[in-house]
Amino acid sequence: MMNFNPDSRPPDEGATQAPPAPPAVRAENLTVVRGPRTVLRTLDFTVPRGQITGLLGPSGCGKSTLMRSIVGTQDKVTGTLDVLGRPAGHPALRTRIGYVTQAPSVYDDLTIRQNLDYFAAILDPGRAAADRRHENVTRAIADVDLTTHADALAGNLSGGQRNRVSLAVALLGTPELLVLDEPTVGLDPVLRRDLWNLFHDIAATRGATLLISSHVMDEAERCHRLLLMREGEILADATPEALRTRTGTDTVESAFLHLVDAATEAARTKETPTEKTPTKESPTKESRTKEATR
Amino acid sequence: MTTTTTTSSTTPTNPPPAPAPTTSALSLSRTTATAARVLRQLRHDPRTIALLVLIPCVMLFLLRYVFDGSPRTFDNIGASLLGIFPLITMFLVTSIATLRERTSGTLERLLAMPLGKGDLIAGYALAFGTLAIIQSALATGLAVWFLDLDVTGSPWLLLLVALLDALLGTALGLFVSAFAASEFQAVQFMPAVIFPQLLLCGLFAPRDTMHPALEAVSDVLPMSYAVDGMNEVLTHTDMTATFVRDVLIVGGCAFLVLCLGAATLRRRTP
Repeated sequence: MMNFNPDSRPPDEGATQAPPAPPAVRAENLTVVRGPRTVLRTLDFTVPRGQITGLLGPSGCGKSTLMRSIVGTQDKVTGTLDVLGRPAGHPALRTRIGYVTQAPSVYDDLTIRQNLDYFAAILDPGRAAADRRHENVTRAIADVDLTTHADALAGNLSGGQRNRVSLAVALLGTPELLVLDEPTVGLDPVLRRDLWNLFHDIAATRGATLLISSHVMDEAERCHRLLLMREGEILADATPEALRTRTGTDTVESAFLHLVDAATEAARTKETPTEKTPTKESPTKESRTKEATR
Repeated sequence: MTTTTTTSSTTPTNPPPAPAPTTSALSLSRTTATAARVLRQLRHDPRTIALLVLIPCVMLFLLRYVFDGSPRTFDNIGASLLGIFPLITMFLVTSIATLRERTSGTLERLLAMPLGKGDLIAGYALAFGTLAIIQSALATGLAVWFLDLDVTGSPWLLLLVALLDALLGTALGLFVSAFAASEFQAVQFMPAVIFPQLLLCGLFAPRDTMHPALEAVSDVLPMSYAVDGMNEVLTHTDMTATFVRDVLIVGGCAFLVLCLGAATLRRRTP
């Protein structure tokens, strides 16, 4: 049921006759430092256009930091990070990217429609655009299936509903890149399926690129591409099929576990060279606790 | 880039394309949209509006009968309070409102959108300024017409100073909210920022009778000039040079702190 739907193939392959547009996101040597911690270490990857790329990994692995860097709200980003052909955070990108933070960022003391009306007025200001804005707002509310609640205060909605209001804000306008940080957390299976259908629809009909983070592995099967992250590093960058084939596993979940185990094993052998005494087996643990207390 | 827009606009489900993005430091429609949004948020919270508008009136009423025997004292303190109330209430309201904006993630979202920092600050100033006009008009009207506050000058000038005080309060609240991590801290900034000014502004003792060191401190605190301006209106029929100076200082301070507040809004945060 949650399997990748072959009908929703990315539309851009072979369809582009113009010179190829730059990838939606291109990172080289991307490093992010937060306080004393290096959250992302020298990442290199690209996110292709017109597809859904899943960003997966355990919580605390740097998914949100990576997303914030792409949107341009993260400080202390070094290396190269180009988004839609411009450096991340460029003012011209602000109308071209839709961003949903992990916690719903909407005004609790406004109704759904008032929330969207305001954000629409920021994206597309002016009296002349009023009709277009109204149309956009109505469509975004319908997209997230909240039409019947349009005049309810956001603060009175359930957690999942508020998440969807936050998502609707990102759907306003015509974002070429949608960065969604765990958009399906706390939603029931029916809604999750509907939202994933919406995401595929957006990629297919609007040609938009979606970068969606999740730690629910069965959602990974619904992405065109996957970036698997662990402790600030990218473990794998492949299609779900390729990942399963490479690791000889049936599901993305077991592929991910396989890769994590392999990486942990590699890290252990690197950090404890054989010439050291077996009592020194604990430096990994030691350095880890040191890092945690710092 | 252009290919995506042309292909997407041919599909039926697609929304109409928005015009080219404009991100200027200050745009009138974004500022008014922000002000309208802030006022709309308040409208869903009628109790706050009632408290904002009624408390100054109740306090003035109380004060009038506390000084029942000495109307002269009421004139002095009442006029000063007309300048102090808007400053305090707007300080509190703004610091909490912007703190909520910071902690709820809406600020991060807004700053990832084509909203200028000036738009946001001006939007807040406009919204709370409007509220301050209502508050000050009611308080001034009550004091002058019903509580027999004896003003020699024009009540309009009282209103002008009150409005500038409200803007100063908004500016201070906005600035201070950058240093508060929680509502608890934000509320504690009220005594920290407002009380020293309250003590030194000349409300409790004339400023020139204070210890010289304190008098020097009170000379650089904006509330001193707010109270001074109110007293000028109280005792002079015309706009005096001192009044103009006071108004300019309070207005200048408000503008300066608003700029400082804008500097605390960061598009990129750690």
